[in-house]
Amino acid sequence: MREQRPLGPTPSQTVGPFFGYALPYDGGSDVRAPWQPDAIRLHGTVYDGAGDPVPDAIIEIWGADAAGRASAERGAFERDQHGFAGFGRAAVDRDGRFSFTTIKPGAMRVGSAPYLLVAIFARGVLQHLFTRAYFGDEGAANDADPLLDRIDPARRGTLMAEPDGPASYRFDIRLQGEGETVFLDFGTEQ
Amino acid sequence: MLRTPSRPDLSQGTISDEIADRHALERDAAASAGRALAAHPRRDFAPYRSTLLRHPTHELVRADPEEIELVSPAFGHTDVSPEEADLTVQHSGEPLGERIIITGRVLDGDGRPVRNQLVEIWQANASGRYVHKRDQHPAPLDPNFTGVGRIITGDDGSYRLTTIKPGAYPWKNHRNAWRPAHIHFSFFGSAFTQRLITQMYFPGDPLFALDPIYQSIVDPAARERLVAAYDHDVSEPEWAIGYRWDVVLTGPRSTWMEPEDADHA
Repeated sequence: MREQRPLGPTPSQTVGPFFGYALPYDGGSDVRAPWQPDAIRLHGTVYDGAGDPVPDAIIEIWGADAAGRASAERGAFERDQHGFAGFGRAAVDRDGRFSFTTIKPGAMRVGSAPYLLVAIFARGVLQHLFTRAYFGDEGAANDADPLLDRIDPARRGTLMAEPDGPASYRFDIRLQGEGETVFLDFGTEQ
Repeated sequence: MLRTPSRPDLSQGTISDEIADRHALERDAAASAGRALAAHPRRDFAPYRSTLLRHPTHELVRADPEEIELVSPAFGHTDVSPEEADLTVQHSGEPLGERIIITGRVLDGDGRPVRNQLVEIWQANASGRYVHKRDQHPAPLDPNFTGVGRIITGDDGSYRLTTIKPGAYPWKNHRNAWRPAHIHFSFFGSAFTQRLITQMYFPGDPLFALDPIYQSIVDPAARERLVAAYDHDVSEPEWAIGYRWDVVLTGPRSTWMEPEDADHA
């Protein structure tokens, strides 16, 4: 009775407006416990093409540890206060703001700058968008980074989380228009 | 206010015409370029009005995935309890509606199972109402149904969920707009580049042709891959109707090369 289904990529669809009771989870934005000495804050606002905050986006970050390696620690949902699973998820508030605490990752390759991978989901976004948050205080590493080097200098700043206080970085995301964030394709766009 | 304003002046006919025009444009462009239609939705699919200010206008920049993009967070069976795969047992009573079983496998583009990875679902109840506080649809909430489930895939990439068939519900994209019944699914692949959030639909829904979110996927074969198949072998006698839905996550190309025209993107 089973239908044969073709093997092809399953298409994306928007996360819609009603994920708020489903996707966020306790501690989802605390990738590293805030009281840990190496904790940093990554925060920002998501804007639409009219410059208005997007109140119904959800952001995920995924980053390496301080040595530049991906965490293999289980328990991304059931966090303890001491580990580092690398993955975080935070819905924006009514003003489009999100905030994570995590650690500053190490570079993963010789010659590459450190960054956090960022995925953006929202009502009206039919397929999530990927970008990277590099760190504005890593000047020499950023200057040598092969991806940053390929990006129009006028847009490169959209990939920079800029220090805005002790152990705090600001990373705004603009979906469209002036200052539009550079979004990335890892070879899977089709 | 967060509610999308109503658009009483915008008819289904106008939206349907826009959908047909855009599909024709995409088909022509693909034919003249000698390529297949894209599997994923067009992010700038204007008939879905919420895309208008939320799609990027610049081309995406090709990036060589580094290690963090080629692995995924390590969710495990300690993160999810087995009861979370059954959305009908989360309260003291039985939820109203048609009990269903949905099962299938999560695979990568080469047909390999995506093992021990997290699947999350959320959905409206049988009346088409979400628990979400911003859902204003005047249909009843069900005190015995929340509509949120999670499961970790098995060694063969399989998952199996028990829930209630959701109802269609109205939205404010245009006048008399109704979403086909669907369940939201979130998947993690073996690489973060395979991350996918999508919606699973039910076979034969008369709203398919009218829905700008479903129709944002231009390729009809790709659209059909979001529709579960009725599977009598999954149905359980005197208990539940069964559907099968396999999912293929597109992966990073392992042999990605720096493009030759890699000047400033």
